[in-house]
Amino acid sequence: MDFRELATQALEMLGANRVRTALTILGVVIGVAAIILLVSLGEGATAYITRELTGLGTNLLIITPGKTQTSGGFHPPIASTVRKLTYDDALALRRRATQLTDVVPVVLGTGKIRHQGVARDTTVIGITPEFQRVRKLYVEIGQFVSDEDVEGRRRVVVLGRTVKRELFGEENPLGRFVTLADARYRVIGIMEQKGVSLGFDIDDLVFIPVKSAQDLFDTDRLFEILASVGAPDDINQAIQQVKDLLVRRHGNREDFTVTSQGAILSAFTTILNILTAALGGIAGISLLVGGIGIMNIMLVSVRERTREIGIRKAVGARRRDILGQFLLESVILSTLGGVLGIAVGVGGARILSLLFVYLPTRVSLWSVVMAFGFSAAVGVFFGVYPARRAALLDPIQALRYE
Amino acid sequence: MIAIQDVWRTYPMGPNRVDALGGVTFSVAARDFVAICGPSGSGKSTLMNILGCLDRPTAGRYALEGIEVETLDDDALADLRNRRIGFVFQTFNLLPRMSALRNVELPMIYSGLSREDRRRRALDAMAAVGLTGRTEHRPSELSGGEQQRVAIARALVNRPAIILADEPTGNLDSKAGEEILGIFRDLVAGGTTIVMVTHNPRIAEQARRVIQLEDGRITSDVWKTPSGPVRAPGGPESASGHPGD
Repeated sequence: MDFRELATQALEMLGANRVRTALTILGVVIGVAAIILLVSLGEGATAYITRELTGLGTNLLIITPGKTQTSGGFHPPIASTVRKLTYDDALALRRRATQLTDVVPVVLGTGKIRHQGVARDTTVIGITPEFQRVRKLYVEIGQFVSDEDVEGRRRVVVLGRTVKRELFGEENPLGRFVTLADARYRVIGIMEQKGVSLGFDIDDLVFIPVKSAQDLFDTDRLFEILASVGAPDDINQAIQQVKDLLVRRHGNREDFTVTSQGAILSAFTTILNILTAALGGIAGISLLVGGIGIMNIMLVSVRERTREIGIRKAVGARRRDILGQFLLESVILSTLGGVLGIAVGVGGARILSLLFVYLPTRVSLWSVVMAFGFSAAVGVFFGVYPARRAALLDPIQALRYE
Repeated sequence: MIAIQDVWRTYPMGPNRVDALGGVTFSVAARDFVAICGPSGSGKSTLMNILGCLDRPTAGRYALEGIEVETLDDDALADLRNRRIGFVFQTFNLLPRMSALRNVELPMIYSGLSREDRRRRALDAMAAVGLTGRTEHRPSELSGGEQQRVAIARALVNRPAIILADEPTGNLDSKAGEEILGIFRDLVAGGTTIVMVTHNPRIAEQARRVIQLEDGRITSDVWKTPSGPVRAPGGPESASGHPGD
């Protein structure tokens, strides 16, 4: 049978019941748009996390106290029962781990920072000068913590932008003194503006020499040791080297965890991919409902057109002609819904990321192709049953049908 | 053209079986114009369905142009209906959303003719029934007589061996009915074979041969000759022994 004729007849049929056709298509539109929109949210989140994490450098190693069996993930700063990492561990790594280009011992704590009656709770990080290179966070005005500051346990502080603004407003804070837990610190620099990354305000930090931080928090433990590896290919070798060195220093016990930024990234992307698939699956259910809508309307249509089917059979339509005719109608319904759904979904994703900066969306080609493919498959799947019913009608009964 | 031999059609009805046709035998020659006449329930619709290859006999043999119909599968029957049989129904049975011309084209869509051939032959068929100029009208915009002429054009368009008409004038006023019968006589004169079912004896009289059906059996089979009605050979005999006689 002439496909052009078949398509013309199907379109005429769908055009004859405009409201019904539009409502049936709407079910598919919602399903397809939901798939694209939700998957774009998941993909957007993945892209955002990837960008933020690789922005810190992929050849970064994080050594934390305590042995964790799983790879990646977060480590709580409270780690009292595990054996500590010390400044000397960091020094040993810096001296003997040849695969590492930089090693930064890190002490982390929170404290109240005060200046002339203005106080603010903030996060205090004790670091060494290499921190700038390793985390790609640079001082903008003044200078960063120096080796002399570290060795001399000097009470100097570099302010993050938010802290500077809160305490000093438009004033120049360089050379002024702030109070950190009853000790006076001299401001030597201001960090460049970085904004929020992964929900953490990088500008709401103050940096002090690591040894000063140990004094401040009265501890000889480190929160973590950051280390960078020369070439990304050497990461596994570097991890092994760090492990060998520290195990020897810790009495042959591996009581620490070495995580690479890449491992954290892949842990995140694994979770987010599962999330994306789950969101897509939920949206897929609505597409399924849309498919049931198609089946419903096609069954009604077959019933209404019983006489037409009888006439067609009488003048020589074979079963496959009738089957093809009704199947084509349901596939047109579903693919039309698919195309419109893609438009709505892509547009919705754009609008969403424009309205909410914290909801990054990304529409990938595969999600569009998949959504369209699913909608076409829904048309075939839910169209077969009504079309078969039409094809198997007895012509005599059909002709007699009122 | 048509050879029907001892055809039975039995329907199950509850625990019983009902014989809609109880052993019908007749044949129709090419270029004949036959009326099958009988009251409702006489089995004439059942006979029509079997002649039209819409139904199969329970027992007996039916050959259309030498083709043994009961050996064919559904698709082959559809093909046979498409190429060799034209239907004209009491209620016209046109597709309401299509123009008259496209209704006439419908059978040719299933026989795989090209768009141009379909158009040309449909226009020819409409001209043959006097509907040139009404091609783009929808059925609802045509009178009953015009609708039935569209249906006849549709029946003719694939140049069938036979046209089967089921009460073709039943829904028409007498003037339109007379027009339709006139077209039938012209078609027969042009070489078409027509079998027409009717319950109306006055309509049946228009045919050259009248087969009377009652309770699923043939009770009379009369030819009209210039010298008057003649009993068809073999016809009435098949009805002998009928319990209702």
